[in-house]
Amino acid sequence: MWDHEIKAMASTHAIIASSVFMATVLPAVLVPGFSVYGAHLLWLYSVSGAVTVVSVAVFWLLGITPPTKKHTLGYKLSRVVRSCLYFFLSCLFFHTVVVLYGAPLIESALETFSLSVLLTSLTTLRCLCVLGPNVQAWIRVFSRHGAMSVWDTCLQITVACTLVGAWLGAFPIPLDWDRPWQVWPVSCSLGAMIGYLTGLVAAPAWIHYHRKQLTYKCK
Amino acid sequence: MKRLPVLALLLWVCAVYFVGIYLFVGGFLLVRLEVNRTSSCGDVLEPGEEPGDFCRSPPRFSRLVLLIVDALKIDFARFDPGNTAPRPYENKLPVLGETVTSRPLQSRLYPFRADPPTTTMQRIKGFTTGSLPTFVDVGNNFASSAILEDNLIHQLGQVGKRVVFMGDDTWENLFPKKFYRSLPFPSFNVKDLHTVDNGILQHLYSTMVGKDWDVLVAHFLGVDHCGHRFGPDHPAMADKLTQMNGVISSVIDRLENDTLLVVMGDHGMTDTGDHGGESQKETDAAIFLYSPSPIFPGSPSQTEPDVVPQTDLVPTLALLLGIPIPYSSVGQVLLPLFPPHGQKGAAGGISQLEALWINAKQVNRFLDTYSSMARDIPPESLRQLRAHFSRLSSEYLAAVRDGRSPSAKLNSSLQLYLTSVRDTCRATWARFNHVKMAAGLAILALACLMCFVLSELSQALIREGGVGPKAPVLVALMSAAAAAAAQLLARGSVEAAWCLAAGALGSELLFLWRARRLNTPTASKNGGKAPKAAGWLTPRQLLAAPLLVWLLRCAALLSDCYVIGEGRVVTFLLFSLAIYVPVRLNWDGLLLPPSHDPLKSAGLLPAPAVPAATVRKEGHTLLACLGLLVGSLYLSLSFHACREEQGSCQPSPFLSPLSRLQSSQLKNLHYVLSVASLGMWAFLLRRCLCHYGNLNSSGGTVFAARWILPLLSVCLGLHWAVSATPDDSFRNLSELIGLAHVALPRAAFCLLALGLALIWLDPLTVFVKARAAASARSLTLPPPRYRASTGISPQAELHHLIPQIYQRMRRCLDDDAGGGGEPGGGGEADNRPAVEAYGLGTVYSAPTLLFCGLLGLGLLLLHPEGMALSFLLLLLEMGSLLHIHASSTLPITHAFPFCSWSGGFAVPWTPVVLWSLAAAQFFHATGHLPTFPSIQWSAAFVGFPDGHTGTILPASLVTLNTFASHILFAVGCPLLLFWPLVREVRGGRAGRACGEEGEDAVMEMRLRENPQQFSAALLQLSTRYLFINGAQVFASVCAAAILRRHLMVWKVFAPKLMFEASGFLVSSVFLLIGVTLVLRVDVAVSSWFKRLVPDASR
Repeated sequence: MWDHEIKAMASTHAIIASSVFMATVLPAVLVPGFSVYGAHLLWLYSVSGAVTVVSVAVFWLLGITPPTKKHTLGYKLSRVVRSCLYFFLSCLFFHTVVVLYGAPLIESALETFSLSVLLTSLTTLRCLCVLGPNVQAWIRVFSRHGAMSVWDTCLQITVACTLVGAWLGAFPIPLDWDRPWQVWPVSCSLGAMIGYLTGLVAAPAWIHYHRKQLTYKCK
Repeated sequence: MKRLPVLALLLWVCAVYFVGIYLFVGGFLLVRLEVNRTSSCGDVLEPGEEPGDFCRSPPRFSRLVLLIVDALKIDFARFDPGNTAPRPYENKLPVLGETVTSRPLQSRLYPFRADPPTTTMQRIKGFTTGSLPTFVDVGNNFASSAILEDNLIHQLGQVGKRVVFMGDDTWENLFPKKFYRSLPFPSFNVKDLHTVDNGILQHLYSTMVGKDWDVLVAHFLGVDHCGHRFGPDHPAMADKLTQMNGVISSVIDRLENDTLLVVMGDHGMTDTGDHGGESQKETDAAIFLYSPSPIFPGSPSQTEPDVVPQTDLVPTLALLLGIPIPYSSVGQVLLPLFPPHGQKGAAGGISQLEALWINAKQVNRFLDTYSSMARDIPPESLRQLRAHFSRLSSEYLAAVRDGRSPSAKLNSSLQLYLTSVRDTCRATWARFNHVKMAAGLAILALACLMCFVLSELSQALIREGGVGPKAPVLVALMSAAAAAAAQLLARGSVEAAWCLAAGALGSELLFLWRARRLNTPTASKNGGKAPKAAGWLTPRQLLAAPLLVWLLRCAALLSDCYVIGEGRVVTFLLFSLAIYVPVRLNWDGLLLPPSHDPLKSAGLLPAPAVPAATVRKEGHTLLACLGLLVGSLYLSLSFHACREEQGSCQPSPFLSPLSRLQSSQLKNLHYVLSVASLGMWAFLLRRCLCHYGNLNSSGGTVFAARWILPLLSVCLGLHWAVSATPDDSFRNLSELIGLAHVALPRAAFCLLALGLALIWLDPLTVFVKARAAASARSLTLPPPRYRASTGISPQAELHHLIPQIYQRMRRCLDDDAGGGGEPGGGGEADNRPAVEAYGLGTVYSAPTLLFCGLLGLGLLLLHPEGMALSFLLLLLEMGSLLHIHASSTLPITHAFPFCSWSGGFAVPWTPVVLWSLAAAQFFHATGHLPTFPSIQWSAAFVGFPDGHTGTILPASLVTLNTFASHILFAVGCPLLLFWPLVREVRGGRAGRACGEEGEDAVMEMRLRENPQQFSAALLQLSTRYLFINGAQVFASVCAAAILRRHLMVWKVFAPKLMFEASGFLVSSVFLLIGVTLVLRVDVAVSSWFKRLVPDASR
């Protein structure tokens, strides 16, 4: 029923996952003394950057981005500017939420902000790519009857997996094991990353197995 | 409505829980009374003819070196030359074995058996007092850990010996200011193997060479920490033991002739390096005795003891050093160290028989004193022991009087007496009662299951009325009687605990069996409900977010790190669940109104069941309240106190009372903040009551709200001001201030009691206006539609303009006269008889809310002033939780029209879990911690600055202080049921769009119309709350039972269990009070209706 889309989705996800892999391996080769724990911020930024660039490119090439109503350059430009603004606002939003969850307010603000950049590039960016800078649509997508296409369902799954992963990542922090990955925000960002990768795998699989039941109202 | 069955069922459930907790705690926490008497040199031990001062006779040794190697297991100390491939912990202390074989007259090595609990602090207490310390040693001073019982260190100080200590800083806490010189090193970090040991080694030898010491105590921690970190079977242990070997041999080289060396372990360790329990690996330590001069009569012979109990060290050392045996010691002298009768050693000292005799007299004295103070030693064995002692003493005295040398038989029978005393004490104090623990666990588990079943079946239960508490209580009595009879037959005595256990278990099983039977017919009768009733425990339901969060909360009680960080853990979970609510609503499409997409309105979707305006309004309220909730959650984090385990943690500055603040500017700021939040608390309560028109009548509750609430706040504010004044200022007013110290809090207590009593006596807040003519007519007309008389009836506004204008005028008049308030509406719609009832819509919730508010002020009085801010946050959080709950249920109830109120008033799990999490969160946010040192003892002196005579009043004040948040949330629990109905006013207005003409906003009168469902919902809500709290108790009970060997059991899990259990006790009592208040209101409302409409009363 949705075979074509599922194939496209699977290959997109494979590309994104491999970009995450490359973003981990390349700095390890290029930067001496690189490790995911040791130089965590570097890893965070390289992964976020890679995911951002690759997702934007892939989704643009695939043409999933919602059709624009006007084709003037100014309108397109304003969309890009708004997208960037939303990206930044979403970073701030995630930062606030993470601080409210109990992250230190001042001490490691940079680390917290980097985590929120990662979360934004894993979740909000995809919303931007699939739905455009339209907050109403984002809220609508996350309801039971809100998904309008296979890509919306996929969005639901990956975003939920990422956030749940980050949430679970906070669990080992209070334990007294003294492991390097318990340092803030390593476990949370690793959790988010693992959740995201799981989502990348799970979304096409879930959609494939439920392709008979999936019906979308308007498309 | 069925009032009594609901209350009785709840009482019974609580009772079953209490029995479970009581049983487990009885088996797990060993309690002993501390005897605060000390021995002295001049003591005359009865019966004794010689008024001997045994401090004066020259002691056998004048100096002592006590080397304590923490966790020195006997396996570590033995040396086996035949072992060619030793494990890392074997054969690493050759100096002990070589000395014993080469110098048998000077040294011995024995297994040294500790008594459980085998934790370092309890052991130090044990081998210095000679007693058997338990987890709870009930002494005078709970707050400090110093040993108050008579002990070796104290006795050494009394006779002027200079005690030098170095090593584990636990000693410094146990014996503050008792040492001549002390070099404590931090012991907390288990991963640090070397700080303590190296610290000791830096000073040990230089101190030994110097002459300014008589007793040298050195406590090495490295072996124990190595065990905790790596386990015994690790090369690090070999290094550590080799280091200890070097230490011991160098100490031996530096000893002088008048010095005794004792090397001992305080406990052993399991194969994984842990300790705390009672397995032989944990209890069997080693003791090595050495003196440069010969002390033993010969080489080890058959008469030597196989194992030396740890308590025996105290009398032995005391008699060898010539000091009195500490008062509470139950140990027995180590005979090989004393010369046999008749052959006095060259160095002097007392003979074996004399030592035993002194020891027996001292033990007998202790036993007499203890049994006169406490009743926990069985009277039967006490009588036997006394008879034994009197027989022995007459025998001994006769022998001494005759001057003949007493037989060896007397020796051994004295030993037998001492052993049996110790065994009796041990059986009473120092053994986990596994059977009791298991029984407690089983009863608690069944109680949780029962509570869950009860909450799921409450509808059916109330409808059928079949399962009252009568049958279970009968069965409980019967099985208790049976248990008593069985005990009488088997043992001849009855222990109440087992009767209780049998009763609880019997009634639980009966209930579960009947619930099963009740469930099957209902399921088959109405097939539609069958899957719902049958599927209590489907995995899907268990994985729903609220239960998942609750499971995580319970699981967190099983790990010491999470218990230590509990305040943050609970906040984290609360925050997660709170965020889940809007996400879930959005998933169901009920958070934001559906967008007006042209595609959608073309008819692809069914017309939205819920009007968009309602959804938008509720959505916005919900988001605003979520913001408030999150804000107060975040702010509440700054009121936490710190555990000692949390290294880098600063306790909240608001926790210290104002009088301790130095800077007067800061003091003023804190005071102003506290008073402002106090005022805010009172204002918010009044505003809320006013808003729903509950302040118009002249009843007791309204009086309480109008006058007592503000007066109480004023009292509090003045009390804070008085208690914050420094002692030296206002000298001429000191008498007045002293009076105010006493009078203000007492006045506040009286006002509080008065207010609560008024609410109880006259809980109605309904203001009735009935015009004479109209009421005369009402007798002939059909009964008035009291439903229309609540809330501002929208029909009245729309269809009957003139009455409305009239009403407005009246409202204005009321506002002028009665301080405002939204009138509860007018009943003149459709020309019905005029009965205007103001505030009828919130008749249930208003007294509950006010009760909560007054109680909160009373509890605030017991806290430090700064906590007023935290209490305000508590109120705000309560309000926002209620609003979130209401807003998230309203759209759902709208979706299913009011008339088919099939779901009843059931409160879903999410708000109940949120409510109980919030209670736990504010336990921490009011500066409390589940540890004994953090109990705020100052609460006992509020209003009683000179102390108390009894113990009940201070204990209850401290309990009220400690569990303030539990109390407030438990009393306020019924509000969860009322709030969606209270909030219905607005929903009703919008809901009119559905076109239901006959339906008005009737708010809580809906409950009166469906008394059965009201009872069911109340029962369900309370059992759900009890279930959640009870399951937490169960989890912490499991933690204590499973982890009773854990390093942290006495520091973390056992206190947590105590706090969780007492918190549950207090919560359930206050939940019952809250429910009873609601029932009391219901009685009052019924009688009110009877008065109003005699013929139509229900």
